Amino acid sequence: MTPGLLSVLIFFPACGVLALLPLRSDDHTWIRRLALTISLIEFGFSLWLLRNARIGWSGYQFQEFATWIHYPPINYHLGVDGISLFLVLLTTLLTPISILASWSSISHRVKEFFIMLLLLEVGVVGVFLSLDLFLFFLFWEVMLIPMAFLIGIWGHERRVYAAVKFVLYTMAGSILMLVGIIWLYNSTGTFDLAGFHYGKFDVAGVQELLQAGVLSLSPRTEMLLFLSFFLAFAIKVPLFPLHTWLPDAHVEAPTAGSVMLAGVLLKMGTYGMLRFCLPLFPEAAHRAAPWVAALAIVGIIYGALVAMVQPNLKKLVAYSSVSHLGFVVLGIFAFNNISIQGAVYQMLAHGISTGALFLLVGMLYDRRHTFEMSEFGGLAMPMPKLAAFFLFVALSSLGLPILNGFVGEYLILLGTYQVHWTWAAWAATGVILSACYLLWAYQRVFFGEITHDKNRTLPDISSRERGILIAMAVITLWMGIGSAYIIRRTAGSSQAVLDQMTRPQMHEAATPKLRTPQDATPRTAQRTQLAAERLGTR
Amino acid sequence: MPTQPMLEYLWIIPLLPLVGSAINGLFGAKWSNAIVNSVALGSTGLSFLCALEAVREFFAQGQVLVRREYFDWIIAGNFRAGFDLQMDQLTVVMVLVVTGVGFLIHIYSTGYMAHEGGYYRFFSYLNLFMFFMLILVLAANYVLLFVGWEGVGLASYLLIGFYFLRKSASDAGKKAFIVNRIGDFGFMLGMFLLFRTFGTLDFTTLFAKAGQWPAEAMGVYGTLTIASLLLFMGACGKSAQLPLYVWLPDAMEGPTPVSALIHAATMVTAGVYVVARSNILFVHAPTAMFVVAVVGCATAFFAATIGLVQTDIKKVLAYSTVSQLGYMFLACGVGAFSAGIFHLMTHAFFKALLFLAAGSVIHAMGGEQDMRKMGGLWKTIPWTFATMLIATLAIAGIPLFAGFFSKDAILFAAFQNSGGSHILYIFGLLTALLTSFYMFRLIFLTFSGKQRFDEHKVHIHESPWSMLGPLVILALLSIFGGWFALPTFFQGPDYFSNFLAPIFAGRELAETTSEVLVHQLELILAGVAVASALLGWAVAYWLYVKRPGKPERLAKSMAGVYNTLLNKYYVDELYAAVIVRPLVWLSTNVLWKTVDAGVIDGTVNGIAQGTGVVGDQVRQTQSGNTRSYAVWVLVGAILVIAVIFWPILKPVAGMAQR
Repeated sequence: MTPGLLSVLIFFPACGVLALLPLRSDDHTWIRRLALTISLIEFGFSLWLLRNARIGWSGYQFQEFATWIHYPPINYHLGVDGISLFLVLLTTLLTPISILASWSSISHRVKEFFIMLLLLEVGVVGVFLSLDLFLFFLFWEVMLIPMAFLIGIWGHERRVYAAVKFVLYTMAGSILMLVGIIWLYNSTGTFDLAGFHYGKFDVAGVQELLQAGVLSLSPRTEMLLFLSFFLAFAIKVPLFPLHTWLPDAHVEAPTAGSVMLAGVLLKMGTYGMLRFCLPLFPEAAHRAAPWVAALAIVGIIYGALVAMVQPNLKKLVAYSSVSHLGFVVLGIFAFNNISIQGAVYQMLAHGISTGALFLLVGMLYDRRHTFEMSEFGGLAMPMPKLAAFFLFVALSSLGLPILNGFVGEYLILLGTYQVHWTWAAWAATGVILSACYLLWAYQRVFFGEITHDKNRTLPDISSRERGILIAMAVITLWMGIGSAYIIRRTAGSSQAVLDQMTRPQMHEAATPKLRTPQDATPRTAQRTQLAAERLGTR
Repeated sequence: MPTQPMLEYLWIIPLLPLVGSAINGLFGAKWSNAIVNSVALGSTGLSFLCALEAVREFFAQGQVLVRREYFDWIIAGNFRAGFDLQMDQLTVVMVLVVTGVGFLIHIYSTGYMAHEGGYYRFFSYLNLFMFFMLILVLAANYVLLFVGWEGVGLASYLLIGFYFLRKSASDAGKKAFIVNRIGDFGFMLGMFLLFRTFGTLDFTTLFAKAGQWPAEAMGVYGTLTIASLLLFMGACGKSAQLPLYVWLPDAMEGPTPVSALIHAATMVTAGVYVVARSNILFVHAPTAMFVVAVVGCATAFFAATIGLVQTDIKKVLAYSTVSQLGYMFLACGVGAFSAGIFHLMTHAFFKALLFLAAGSVIHAMGGEQDMRKMGGLWKTIPWTFATMLIATLAIAGIPLFAGFFSKDAILFAAFQNSGGSHILYIFGLLTALLTSFYMFRLIFLTFSGKQRFDEHKVHIHESPWSMLGPLVILALLSIFGGWFALPTFFQGPDYFSNFLAPIFAGRELAETTSEVLVHQLELILAGVAVASALLGWAVAYWLYVKRPGKPERLAKSMAGVYNTLLNKYYVDELYAAVIVRPLVWLSTNVLWKTVDAGVIDGTVNGIAQGTGVVGDQVRQTQSGNTRSYAVWVLVGAILVIAVIFWPILKPVAGMAQR
């Protein structure tokens, strides 16, 4: 084990930012090189993490703990499990890719741009590694700022509108989450997620408290808490009908912003659901599941149909994310071992394939300064290589077997079918629709005769672009064939989410509750009495 | 060194074409045609040789099922999909057909495509197709089969849209993929249901468990019936059956060798293969069997009627393929799986030959596909004519040609097993008549009579030997390929169905009547079938050779029927009007512009604007004007006093009110 590795992972990019600061702001070459180096080293760290992670271990590894604030007890508590491990890896992979993608397309405020990208990485990695609720919230908010700047400063025409919309939408959710966190703290006296006892503070994790039955929430409270978290995550995912910030944010964001947004930021929503909504509030999650699933399915179909008729290529990809993330949410809320593993896999696969789609769309934009498909057409002639990569990525996105999109989608549907076959049947129509919108878009952009003279002389991909695309293609293929490598490492943690959802009922009433002023319902009191009597008679 | 190296390393067979595809696809752009050829032909040829060796070893070890697990592909919970390949009797037939016919068509393509752009691209796709098709037939579980299943769909998409500058070509490719996906939707649900019921998708375990399952009565929609029907939905998509057949005629936009390989000989038969592979499920679900038989029979007849009036030489063959695939499903549906596979094999020979010969005609005509502009070609391209005639005799069911035996077996089974009413048999027989008619119509229009084109503009030339060679080999196969069944006419054994017996063991519906009676019946039915084939031939001869003006007059006198057939019953138009356009309209105008931009974003922006308006109003109070602040202080003070003194003021206020 490597002590402090997680802290290094979080704060190394921040150190990188410090290193970038003294550079002259017009020295673009060195700024780019340094930023790339930093992000590559960071990627190296995460590979090191992967190498050292224990396989088949469901709990948190590499834990770090330090007391930060005594009262209320907010701790610097980090840890990684199978799920967050790969999300961190995805983040640290997509960051250098984004930097490379912005190599020549970003030409003003270059230093600030790369600083923002690295700060974004700090926030995102922090979110995935925090085990303390407050710390989690802190990073959640930290991530918001650089992303808003990325959209608002380096975006396209309506960038300010999109950035403000993005911030307000997310803030609306995170305020609710903050309320939920504070409420939960009031009920439990801890912000800690993992069940750990440290020194004299005796900080038992929320999970352990709940699981041991020390703390029980009334159904109403549990549902309210669940919703406060869930809404924040649902906005981030985004779940229909909270998705309208996404197309605007994507269309206006620079390529790197879109890649990070679609590739990683959306996953923070589904990650949050897995990490908080299910284990902390299982009863509420069960009650909400039919509704959530319905929204997810509507999102799958709705996102696909709206994507199909977009005249704007980037918006099409954005709506396709709504559809794909619907699959993930469905997989999570089917509460099935297979479907949750599929959901985790789909999160990773979507990060790669949609990230790659945005890269390709960005390359088209760099050449033609438009996303309108009517401006394209017949591009396979002037740029066959880009067309080939685009097709490859589109196929992975529509779930062609042996590419990455298939595994997750298949497992989600298979798992969901085992418990609710109607959900799976409805969701599976997304498989048809994804072929419709992607192939139609592909035809409009790349096939046919060239209709605009400007398109005749477009240069094919440069060697830098080819490097990026080959990397993405190789990962896509590898994830499609060697999925077992990843699933072996995430399986334990996926299963753990389900295990945490089942609670021993006996304990529930046996122990006195902690500070839960609003939870003293007569029914639990009665049950306590009954249990006590039963114990007494024996 | 293992004693049976090829059976140990079955993965080599599909991997070779994949390697060929990758090499040509990545580096072929800069290479000459000769190098591309050697990579493509080399990999496919080697794959064929490996398949032969594997088959030899399979026979040498006594025809025992060989199953190899190479690595875990997907694992999750109790679900495992491995990269597992298997070889049994059914696989033997399929692998040999795929690699053999595939190799011949590769050779042919070197001649046919020699002057086309994107030569390397073509062969890269073609090899990719071979890879996926071999995965499909070698897979030992449904999930891996599905890899091949989707993969051949991809290859088909790429090759149909090979001439991507033409909108009709890219449209056709897209249509093929999407219609197939509709079928795959059913296929996937079928797999999910099977997994839920049996906890595995491995063929051996699954079929063993399904064998224990009680058979579901006719009309009962039990698990197996539903699962079978869902799988059959996938088969309908891939094998172009009603109502999902619409993509196949359009698929003729692809280069002709592609039509021969993918859209006639191999890929489109994958649906039949899946039904035959899953025979145990189907046999336990008579309702599903009935549906398969009816759909197959209906498709066979329906497509044949359309084929009667088409004027594009490839379109005739396309509808003929749909029709013949219907025969295969009819066979499976009445429980004669081996007859279905038999027809699959002979059809692969003669239909590949028909397409390749048609390609040779098109090649000779300089790209012309309209039969109305051909005629009298037999003298100028004799080899093409001779081979195509053989294929026509085979598909029409003329005795001793391959198609005769397989079609006869199907009609015989349909007669015996249709439960008393012989409707399936009658339509099957009618289809045979129509088949014979439209095929001879094609022959007469193309090769006999006067030349209906300008000889000075079209330089007719026989194709090179790279194209004729495969034609001749396939012609031989179209003659002798059916002779496995020859002894049955002398009360001998049926070698083909005996060979496949372990796959369909005891599940082919039992023959009820005595051997001798059956044999007599078989001979009678064969006689009837031959008579109908000859009748079709005679009518075609009369209409297109004896009375050349007659067809046009007939078409005029029956304009309604003729136009309906010519326009393929307007099914494409119907789908466009009922499904495609409404969906696009709904998505654009309702979902996107109303719900998304109007309702949801309207609400969000409304809230934002509302907040803005309120903020604006409140902002007005911060005017910086001392006097207005003084007023606010006064108002505030009064309010505070009012609140403090409310208990005192309350009675006063009450009094005032009174």
